[in-house]
Amino acid sequence: MRIVVLVKAVPIVGNERLGDGFRVDRGSGLEPNGNDEYVLEAALKLTEAHGGEVTLLTMGPAAAADALRKGLAMGATRAVHVSDEALAGSCARATAEVLAAALRRLEYDLAFAGADTSDGQGGIVAAAIAARLGLPYLSYAAHIEPGADGATVRVHRLSPAGYDVLEAPMPALVMGTQVLGEPRYPSLRGIMQARGKETLTWSLADLGIDPARVGAAAATTRVLTAAPPPPRAGATIIRDAPDVAVERIVDFLAARSLV
Amino acid sequence: MDLDLPPEHELLRRTIRDFAANEVEPVVEEHERNRRFPTDVVARLGPMGLLGIPYPEEEGGAGLDTLAYAIAVEELSRVWGSLGIIVAAHTSLGCGPLHLAGTPEQKERFLVPMAQGRVLGAYGLTEPEAGSDSGGTRTAARHEDGPGAGSWVIDGRKRFITNAGQAGTYVITARTGARHDGSPEISAFIVEAGTPGFTVGRLEEKMGLHASATGELLFERCRVPAEQMLGGRGDGWKTFLKTLDGGRISIGAMAVGLAQAALDASVAYARERRQFGRPIGTFQGVAFMIADMATEIDAARAMVWRAAWLKDQGRDYALAAAEAKLFASEVAQRATNDGVQIHGGYGYVEEYKVERFLRDAKLTEIGEGTSQIQRLVIGRRVLGLKVV
Ligand SMILES: Cc1cc2nc3c(=O)[nH]c(=O)nc-3n(C[C@H](O)[C@H](O)[C@H](O)COP(=O)(O)OP(=O)(O)OC[C@H]3O[C@@H](n4cnc5c(N)ncnc54)[C@H](O)[C@@H]3O)c2cc1C
Repeated sequence: MRIVVLVKAVPIVGNERLGDGFRVDRGSGLEPNGNDEYVLEAALKLTEAHGGEVTLLTMGPAAAADALRKGLAMGATRAVHVSDEALAGSCARATAEVLAAALRRLEYDLAFAGADTSDGQGGIVAAAIAARLGLPYLSYAAHIEPGADGATVRVHRLSPAGYDVLEAPMPALVMGTQVLGEPRYPSLRGIMQARGKETLTWSLADLGIDPARVGAAAATTRVLTAAPPPPRAGATIIRDAPDVAVERIVDFLAARSLV
Repeated sequence: MDLDLPPEHELLRRTIRDFAANEVEPVVEEHERNRRFPTDVVARLGPMGLLGIPYPEEEGGAGLDTLAYAIAVEELSRVWGSLGIIVAAHTSLGCGPLHLAGTPEQKERFLVPMAQGRVLGAYGLTEPEAGSDSGGTRTAARHEDGPGAGSWVIDGRKRFITNAGQAGTYVITARTGARHDGSPEISAFIVEAGTPGFTVGRLEEKMGLHASATGELLFERCRVPAEQMLGGRGDGWKTFLKTLDGGRISIGAMAVGLAQAALDASVAYARERRQFGRPIGTFQGVAFMIADMATEIDAARAMVWRAAWLKDQGRDYALAAAEAKLFASEVAQRATNDGVQIHGGYGYVEEYKVERFLRDAKLTEIGEGTSQIQRLVIGRRVLGLKVV
C-alpha cells in the first residue's frame, strides 16, 4: 500500500507570529501540523501491518524541511517538498491546485490529510484536491482499513450518532480525525535514519504551473484583519475530590445541554 | 564557527520536550510525593533510544553524540530532576565504564541490554569512608582459583548509589591488592542483581530527587567469575575517574535543566503576579534577578555544550567538563533559590514546584565530585601544582 500524507508545516503551537499582510510568519520554527501527525500515524500503522511505503507531501517555505524531518523520523519513507518563491501568500485554491499537480506525479493508493491546520483552519484544501483529481473523498475518518479485495479502502466516519462505514475504490483521499490514535514520538534511531532518507524538492516549473496562478497576487481570498485571541477569562476551577468534581462538571455541561 | 544546533539535535530537543511535557510532567508530583521510582516512565525511554544516547549502535546505543545526550538530560531535568539523574547515572556512570573498558564479550552481555534500555545500570564508587577521597576504597576483592580463570570474592559496602535496587547491572570498584608504593590497587567489577552475597541495603530519605533511588550496596562473600573483572587488574580506579569526567557533563546538563525550569516558572509568575498595582516583573528588584538567571543559564549551557563538543571531537575535555559542572551547578543553586524568592510565600509551598527545583539542584553541587573537588581539579590543571 502506497500512501501519500499531506503535511503542512506550521509554526510551533504557541509561537505563532503574524507577519506582513496578516500572514502567519513561517520563516522558521516549523513543525508538522498536529492533525496531520494523526493521519501520518495511521499511515505508518497501515504500512507496518500490510506492507508499503509512506510519502510525505508538503508545500511550504524552506523551513518546512524541519517538519518533514520529523515526519521522516517518525517513519515515513521519503518526502516531497514543493517550494517556490512565487508560492508565498497562496490561497487555499492555489494550494489545492499545486498539491493536486504534485499528487498527479506520484503513484499512490491512498492520500491522507488532517482535518484542518492549526494556523489556517480552513479545512478545505483536502476536499478541493479530491475534487480536482476526481478522487473519492472520505472525510472525518476515525478508523481506516483496507477493503477485503485489496482494491478498496474502508473507513469509519464519525457521525453524531456513532459512525458510518464507508467504502471506496482506490486511489482515494481520506481526511482523518484525532480519533485515529495518538501519533508516536520519533525514536532517536528514527531521527538519525531521517538523515539518509530521500527528499525531493519540486518547483512550480517542475509541476508545470504558471507562477501567475499562485501566490499573494493571485489569491482569491483576502485577509482583511487579524488579531490575537483575547486572553481566556472566567474559567471555573473545581478543586473538589474527584467524585464531587466529576458530578459538578457533569452538572455544568448538562445545564448547557452539552452532555 | 556555527553556533546553531544541527537539525537532528534540534529535532531531538523538540521531541524530548514534547515527550516530557505530555507524558512525564503529569506523573511527576505523585511520584515525588510518594518517593516512588518511575518504573513505567523509565520503561518508555528505552524504546525511544533515550537510555543509550551516546553509544554506538553495535553497543546497543542510539549512535548519537555527547551533545545530543546533554540536550536530552537537560530537557528531562527541566521537567523532573529525579528522571534526569536516573538517566544520567545509568548512561554516564552505569554504561560508561563498560563502554570504556569492556571486552567485546562484556559489551555484548552487559552493555547492549543496558544501552537498549532493557536493563538499568548503576555505578558504585562511593563508600562510607571513601567519598571525595574515592581512592580510599575499603571494599576488597580476593582472587580464588577455580575452573577457568577462577573467581573474585567481594566484601564491603558502597553508599549513596543511584539506581540502587532498580538496576540490573552494577559496576563497582574494589581493592585487589597494593602497589609497590603501598597505595591500593583498585579494580572494577561487574555485579549483576541477584548474585549471591550481594544485597541492596538502606535506601536514603533525601532532601530532593525523591523519585530517584539512592542506596547502599552490601557485599558479603559475593563471588563473581574472573570474566566479570572490568578492565585490567588495578585499572579500575582510572576507568572510574575517566567515567566521572564524562558524567560531569551530564550533571552540568541536569543543572542547566533545573535552572531553566526555575527561570521558566519565574518569568511566567513575574508577569502575572501583581503587587502595588503592577506585575512584580516590572520592579527592578525582581527583573534583575530574572536577568541574572537568564544570563548565567546561557553561559552555563554554553559551557556544557562546549565540554560535550570537545568530547565528541575526541579532544581533552576533562578541564572543560569540570568547569562546566562547577559553574552550571552553582548557577542552578542560585537560579532555583531566586526562583523561590520571586515566588515569595508561594515559592515556599509545594504547589508551585520551584521549591522542588531548589532541593533537586543542590545535589548537582555534590554528586560526581563536590564543588570543592571540581575546584581542586581545575586549580591543579591551571596551576600545574599539587593543590590539596
Ligand atoms: C543523591 C546522590 C546520588 C549519588 N549517586 C552516586 C552514585 O551513583 N555512585 C557513587 O559512587 N556515588 C554517588 N553519590 C556519592 C557522591 O559522589 C558523594 O556524596 C560525593 O562525592 C561526596 O562524598 P561524601 O558525601 O563522602 O562527602 P565528603 O567527601 O566527606 O565531603 C564533605 C565535605 O568536605 C569537602 N572536602 C572533601 N575533601 C576535600 C578536599 N580535598 N578539599 C576541599 N574540600 C574537601 C567536600 O567538598 C564536602 O564539602 C551520590 C550522592 C548523592 C547525595
